[in-house]
Amino acid sequence: MAILVDNETRLVVQGITGREGRFHTGRMVESGTNVVAGVTPGKGGQEYESVPVFNTMEEAIEETGANASVIFVPAAFCADAIFESLDFDISTVCCITEGVPVHDMMKVASYLRVKDATLIGPNCPGVLSPGKANASIMPNSIFTPGNVGVVSRSGTLTYQIVNELTQRDIGQSTAVGIGGDPIIGTDFIEILQQLEADPETECVVMIGEIGGNAEQNAAEYVQSEMTKPVVAYIAGFTAPEGKTMGHAGAIVSGGDSTAEAKSEALQRAGIRAATNPSEVAELVAEALDERS
Amino acid sequence: MDLYEYQGKELLRQFDIETLEGNVAASPEEARAAAEQLGGPVAIKAQVLTGGRGKAGGIKVVEEPEDAEEAARQILGMEIGDHTVRQVLVEAGADIASEMYLSILVDRAEKQSLILFSTEGGVDIEEVAETNPDSIVRIYVDPLLGLLPYQVRELVFDAGLEGDVAKGVGQVLNNLYKAFTESDASLVEINPLVATEDGRVLALDAKVTIDNSSLFRHQDIGEMHDVEAADPGEQRAQEAGLQYVKLDGDVGILGNGAGLVMSTLDVVAQAGGDPANFLDVGGGADAEKISEALDIVASNQQVKSVLFNIFGGITRGDEVARGLLSALEQSEIDLPIVVRLDGTNAEEGREILAENTPENVHTEETMLDAARKAVELAQNGSR
Repeated sequence: MAILVDNETRLVVQGITGREGRFHTGRMVESGTNVVAGVTPGKGGQEYESVPVFNTMEEAIEETGANASVIFVPAAFCADAIFESLDFDISTVCCITEGVPVHDMMKVASYLRVKDATLIGPNCPGVLSPGKANASIMPNSIFTPGNVGVVSRSGTLTYQIVNELTQRDIGQSTAVGIGGDPIIGTDFIEILQQLEADPETECVVMIGEIGGNAEQNAAEYVQSEMTKPVVAYIAGFTAPEGKTMGHAGAIVSGGDSTAEAKSEALQRAGIRAATNPSEVAELVAEALDERS
Repeated sequence: MDLYEYQGKELLRQFDIETLEGNVAASPEEARAAAEQLGGPVAIKAQVLTGGRGKAGGIKVVEEPEDAEEAARQILGMEIGDHTVRQVLVEAGADIASEMYLSILVDRAEKQSLILFSTEGGVDIEEVAETNPDSIVRIYVDPLLGLLPYQVRELVFDAGLEGDVAKGVGQVLNNLYKAFTESDASLVEINPLVATEDGRVLALDAKVTIDNSSLFRHQDIGEMHDVEAADPGEQRAQEAGLQYVKLDGDVGILGNGAGLVMSTLDVVAQAGGDPANFLDVGGGADAEKISEALDIVASNQQVKSVLFNIFGGITRGDEVARGLLSALEQSEIDLPIVVRLDGTNAEEGREILAENTPENVHTEETMLDAARKAVELAQNGSR
C-alpha cells in the first residue's frame, strides 16, 4: 500500500528541462520510479534522462497516462503549473519549488476545494514511498521499506529522523514533506487520515515547527480519530518573535505559533513528543514494541 | 517585508485611500520646515518597524511649527524596541469624530484572506478581542471570487455604521482589498481608521507587510526596503543568498536546511548554551558559500564557538567534508568549530575531516554530543 505514491504511480515532471528538474528526474528514475513524462513548454519532442518531454500537460497525460506530477518550475509560474495539473485530473501533485507568492497559493487552495486532488507543498521535499515510488528530492539511499509513516514541515529534519530510523532497522511506508510555507496544499490532518487508513503503516512520525497552528489541529485529530501511535517533534523553541526562520511559514507571531504552545497541545493530546531528533527514533521503537 | 508608516500610507494613497497630509523628516530642521509648510498643529511620529511607539514616547503633537523642531529632536535617535528612530513623519492634524479598526490578513488555517473590522479603534485589536469581542466583524474572502458587494454591505450593517461613515468605510474597504491583493500584502492594517467631523473616512496609521516571495513582481515596493535597519550580518547574508537571523548568545550555529538548523538551536539551548544565530547554508557543499557563511557567523563578536551541523543527503558526506575543508582554508577563523556530519557517506566524511582538520576543528557524531561540545567550548572560550 503506502499513501499518495506507489507502484501504480505514473509520474510526470513539470519543469523537467531545468537544472533541478533534470537532476532530480535522474534520481527519481534511478530509485525505480515510473517517470513517464516531462513537460516544458517549447521543449516537446526532446528526451531528458530517457523521459519523453511534452509541451503541455494535456498532451503528456494523453500520451502516457500520467496520474501524478512533481513540479520544479520557477516560483513565478508555479500556480499556473499547479492549475494545469489540476485541470487535467492529476490526482497527486507535489510542488517542490520554494518562494511561491502567498496570494497565488490562496487562489490554488480555493480551486483545490472543488477538485478531487491532493497538492503537496509548495516549498517541500515531496513524497517518497521506499521501494515503490519517489516523487521527491529526498535522498532515496537513507530510506528503507517498512511500516512507519512520516509527515513533516521540514526537509532536512525529515532526512535526519528517517536516517536514524533506518539505522535502527525501522523502515518507512511513506514520507511526506508537506512544506514550510504559510499556505500549503495539504496539512498534517489530511496526511494523518491517509496514514491511519493505510494498512501498511503501524506508527506515524509527525515533525512540526513554529508558525501557524497546524500542529494543534493535528493534535486534536490524533486524539479523537487515530488508533495508531504518533510520535511528534517540534523545532523552533529558541526562535525569536517576528523573524522568519528559513521557511517562509516558520515565524513566531504570538499565541499558537510558538513551539511551546504546539508542544503543550501535543502533550495534552497524549502524543509522545521527543525533545531532540534522536529521541524520535527511540520513541518510535518503543511504540512499535508496545504494538507487537 | 514590513513597510514604514509613511511608505504604507503612500501605498494606500495609490489605491485612493485618504490619509492626512504629511512629510518625512530625518532631522529636527527638516521637521520644522515640514511643519511650517503644513501650518497649524502637527503630529511628529517616529518611523520604526515595530509596535509600541506611542507608549515609548515616539509620537508628539505640537501646536506651533517651532515646537516641531524640539519634538523631532527628542524622537530622532530614540530606541524603540531594538530599533533606532532615524526618521519622523510630520503630519497635519484632523478633527476626529470617531476611531475604528480595519485590517486584512492572510489566515493560514483557512487559506483565505480575513477582513477584521471594529468600531473600537486606536487600541490593540487583541485587546478588543478580549474586552469587546462582539465589536469585531470578521469576513473571509475567496480569492477566486474577490470581495463581493454583499460582503461589504454585511460588514457595514453588522458594525452598525450609518450615513457618510457607512459609505466611507465601504469605499475604504473596497480600496484596501484592492491594495492588499494587487500589492501581494500579507497584512494591511489601519488602526485607527477615523471618521472626521465633516464626514470623511481616512487612515491615521498604516501597517503594511508585503510577502517577500512576491517581490519579483513588485520592484517598486522592493526598493522601499530599508537595508540600514537590518543587522549588518543579516544584510550580508541576504546578499549571499543565505538565511541568517542574529540572536543574543555566544554559540554560532550553521547547518543545511531550515528545520535542521532550528532544531540545532534548540539542542544547543537544551545543552545549557545560548545560540548566537540561525544560519541555513542550503543544500550542496559549495566551499565558497560555506566560507561566506562561516565568516558571517564569526563576524558577530559575541560568538565564542561555532557549531556546524550537516546532514549529507543527495550531497554525500565526503563531498561536504571536502567543501568544508576548502572553506576553512579560505576563511581564517581561529574560533573553535565543532562539526557534526551525518547522513549519506558520513563516515567517509568524518575520516576526511579527522585526517586534515586544523586544531580548532572538532568532529562529533551526534547532534547532542556536538551541541554539548560547542557549549563547553563557548563557556571556556574568550575573544
